[in-house]
Amino acid sequence: MSGKNAFNRIEVRLAGEGGQGMILAGVILAEAAAIYDGKNIVQTQTYGPEARGGSSKAEVIISDGEIDYPEVINADFLVAMSQEACDKYASNLKKDGLLIVDSEKVRRVPLTNAIKLPITRMAVEATGKSITANVVSLGILVGLTNLVSREAIQKAIIARAPKGTEEVNQKALDRGLTAVEGLLSVKDKA
Amino acid sequence: MAVTLMQGNEAVGWGALAAGCRFYAGYPITPSSEIAEMLSRELPKYGGKFIQMEDEIASLAACIGASVGGVKSMTATSGPGFSLMQEHIGYAAMTEVPCVIVSVQRLGPSTGQPTSPSQGDVMQARWGTHGDHPIIVLYPNSVPKAFGLTVTAFNLAEKYRTPVILLMDEVIAHMRERFEMPPFESLTVIDRMGTNVPPEWYKPYGDTIGDVPPMPSFGSGYRYHITGLFHDVMGYPTQRLDEINPLVERMQRKINNHLEDILLFEEEETDDANTVIIAYGVTSRSARHAMRLARNHRHNIGLLTLYTIWPFPEEAVMRIGRSARRVIVPEMNLGQLALEVERAVGKHKVVRVNRADGEMISPQMILQAIEGR
Amino acid sequence: MDKDERSAYSYLRTTKKFPNIWCSGCGIGIVMGALIRAIDRMGLDKNKIALVSGIGCSGRMPVYMDFNTMHTTHGRALAFATGLKLAKPELKVVVIMGDGDALAIGGNHFIHAARRNIDLTAIVINNQIYGMTGGQYSPTTPLEMRATTAPYGHVEPPFPICELAIAAGATYVARSTVYHAVELDKFIEHAIQKVGFSLVEAVSYCHTTFGRLNKIGSAVEMMHQLKEMSISLSAAEKLTPEERSLKIIRGVLHNIDKPDYSSLYDKVIERAKASVTGKEYMRAGPGGLE
Repeated sequence: MSGKNAFNRIEVRLAGEGGQGMILAGVILAEAAAIYDGKNIVQTQTYGPEARGGSSKAEVIISDGEIDYPEVINADFLVAMSQEACDKYASNLKKDGLLIVDSEKVRRVPLTNAIKLPITRMAVEATGKSITANVVSLGILVGLTNLVSREAIQKAIIARAPKGTEEVNQKALDRGLTAVEGLLSVKDKA
Repeated sequence: MAVTLMQGNEAVGWGALAAGCRFYAGYPITPSSEIAEMLSRELPKYGGKFIQMEDEIASLAACIGASVGGVKSMTATSGPGFSLMQEHIGYAAMTEVPCVIVSVQRLGPSTGQPTSPSQGDVMQARWGTHGDHPIIVLYPNSVPKAFGLTVTAFNLAEKYRTPVILLMDEVIAHMRERFEMPPFESLTVIDRMGTNVPPEWYKPYGDTIGDVPPMPSFGSGYRYHITGLFHDVMGYPTQRLDEINPLVERMQRKINNHLEDILLFEEEETDDANTVIIAYGVTSRSARHAMRLARNHRHNIGLLTLYTIWPFPEEAVMRIGRSARRVIVPEMNLGQLALEVERAVGKHKVVRVNRADGEMISPQMILQAIEGR
Repeated sequence: MDKDERSAYSYLRTTKKFPNIWCSGCGIGIVMGALIRAIDRMGLDKNKIALVSGIGCSGRMPVYMDFNTMHTTHGRALAFATGLKLAKPELKVVVIMGDGDALAIGGNHFIHAARRNIDLTAIVINNQIYGMTGGQYSPTTPLEMRATTAPYGHVEPPFPICELAIAAGATYVARSTVYHAVELDKFIEHAIQKVGFSLVEAVSYCHTTFGRLNKIGSAVEMMHQLKEMSISLSAAEKLTPEERSLKIIRGVLHNIDKPDYSSLYDKVIERAKASVTGKEYMRAGPGGLE
C-alpha cells in the first residue's frame, strides 16, 4: 500500500454558509455510506455561533476499515457553496482532489480543473426551492465520483426528507445526477 | 436495533436510558445541549422526568435530590456550568449519593470558545471541588464508547455510591458514527444495594464489607439523615476525630480497593514498543492514526488509551514506563494528565504534545514527536 | 396512639446528641415545635415526610427530627427538594431555610421554585441577620440597623419575602412570628396540605447577634418586640400604608388554586408515551440539524 491509501479513507468536505444545508448534506452522505452501503464513516461539522449565516462545514470520512482520526487531513473532494468556503478549504485538497463549486456563488476558483455549475440556480429551476441546492450538490458529487451507490444516496435522501417533500428532493437529486452525466467520469476513488 | 448514525451526545442520552436513568436536570449550554434535548424527548416515554433548572448549581442539586429518592439521575454541562457544579460534586461525594455528571468540554478558561474542542477540564474533574474526595472520571473516544461508558458511569456510581463524571470532547459529542445500539436487556445494569435490616438497625454510613453501605431511598421506611458535614455512621454531624477519620478512610478505600473494577484502558502494540503514546478521548484517535503511520515506517510504537482517567491508572502507566524508552502524551491542553504520567514514569521519559487553541492534535503533530522533530 | 406516642418527643431523634446547637432563647426551636404539632395534627406517616434544609442555624433543624432528613448546601435546599419531590411524589417535602439562605445565595432558586409551583412547603425563618457566621447583614436586615458588616448602619432595603413569593407564583403564602406559635403551626399545617408551592415566613430574631449589635436586649425583650410590632391582617387593613410599613403583618396573605408542576408534567409523560417511539423519531426527525 502506498502511504496515501494506507488508511483506505476518502475524505469529503461540504462547505458553505449557514442555512444552505451543507451539514445536513454531510449527514445524508454519511448515512448513505454507512446505513445503505455498509461502510464505516465519521461525520463531523463546524459552525459559527449564528443560527443562520456565518460559515458552516461538514466533513465525512468514508472507509472500509477503521477510522481513527475523525477529521479531514487532506480532502479528496470539496463542495464549496460560497466564496469564503472555497477560499478557506481549496488549498487543503489533495493534488488529485476534486473541487465542485456553485459557479454563481464562487467567482474566483483557484483550480483550473474544478467542476463549476450553477448549483443553486439548478435547484430553483428543478424544484422551485433554493433550499434543495444541498441535495443537487449531492447528486453532482455522487454522479461524478460514485462515492456511494446511487441507490444509497437516493434512500438516504428520502429517509431524511420531511413528509410531503420526497418528490421535490428526488427531483433535486436527479437534477444533480443528470447534470454530470455527460462530464468525464472522475477516477473511481471508492 | 439497526445500524444508525448517531452523535456522541445522543449516545450519552441513550446510554443513560439503558442504564436506568429516569431523572435529568440540566441547564442549556453548548456543546452539551443535545443531551438535554434528547432526554426531554425520551425520558417521559420511559416514565422518567426531565427538568430544566435555573442554573447548573440547581441542576446537580436536583439530581442528588432525585437520587436520594431512589431514582438514577444525570446532568450534563460544559466548562462554565461544570465550574458551577463543583460544590455539589463535593456534596455528592461526601454524602455518597450516586449520580452522573457529563461535561462536554469546550475551550476555556471562562466563556472561551463554546464550539471548539478542548481537554482542559481534566484536572478540574479531579480536583475541582474542595477537600480530599474520591471521584471516578470516565472518558469516551467514540460514539459507541460514549454509549457504553455512560452505562458504566451509572453502574460505578450505583456500585460505589459516588458521583461519576463522564468527561467528553466536543468532537465526540457532535460527531456521527455508525452505531448499532444493543438491546437494553442485553446490558449489565447495576443498581445500588438496598437493605432488609430492621430500620432501627440501619446505619447509612456504617462499615460494610466492600466499604459501600447500602442505600435505601427516602420514603422506603428507613428514616436517616444526610449532611455535607462530617458525620458519624448514623449520618449525624460530628466533630470527633474517632468518627471523622474512619469516614475519610472508608471513602478513599471504597474506590482504591476496587481499582481493578474501575480502571478501564486498552493497550495496543505495547509489547515491542520502545515508544508508547498515552492518550484519551479524541486525541487517542489521532494517536492511533499516528501509530499506524509510524508502524508503516517501521517505528515500534505502542498506544495506551485511557477510558478511566481518575483514579489515574498508575500501575498500567508505570508498567509501560518500565518497558518503553519514551512516552508521548498528546493532550488538547497545556499538559494536565502529563503531570500524572511524569509522576509515574519519570519526567525524563515523557514527551508532551499540546495545543489549547480549539484545534485538534493532528496525527502529524504526534508523528513529529515520534520522529523527534 | 397513647399519650407518649403523641408527644413531641416521639418525633425527635432522642438518640442524637442533644442538646441542640442553638443559643438558649432562640426562636428556631419554636418553629421546630410548630412543625411537629402541625405534622402530628395531620397524623402523617413519618416515613412519608422529608425535611430538607440549607446552611445556617436553621439548617440544623432536620437532624433533630425523626423523618427523612437532608441537610444540603447553602441556599440550594429548594433545588435538592425539587429533585426529591419529582423522584418521590408521595413524599411531603418541607424545606427549612433562613433568610440569608433562601433569599441571598438561594434567591434565584426561591423565585424559580415558586414560579414552577412545585409542590413543596417552604418555611423561611427570618431573623434578619446571618446568625451562625456572627451577625453579618442579610437580605432582610432593615435599613439603618447594625450588623458586623454594617457597622455604620445598613443602607440596603430589605426583601419582602412573602410578596416576593406571591409575585413569583406561589399558591399559599402566610406569615407569622415565633411569638405566635399556635398560629404558626396552623399556617404550617395549611401549607403542607396545600398542593403547589407554599411558603410560611416565620419571623424570628437573633438576640445573640442582632439584639446585641442593635442594643435591643435579650431573647425575652426581642420576643416582646415581635409581639408589639406584629398585627393581624384584618387589623392591618385599617392602617395607612405608612403605618403598615412599620408592622409585621401576620396572616394568610395569598391562597389560590392552580395545577402544580407534577400534575402538569404527568401530562407530558402521557403525551410522550402516546407519541412515536424514539427509533421512529430518529429516522424521521430533523436530528437536531440546521
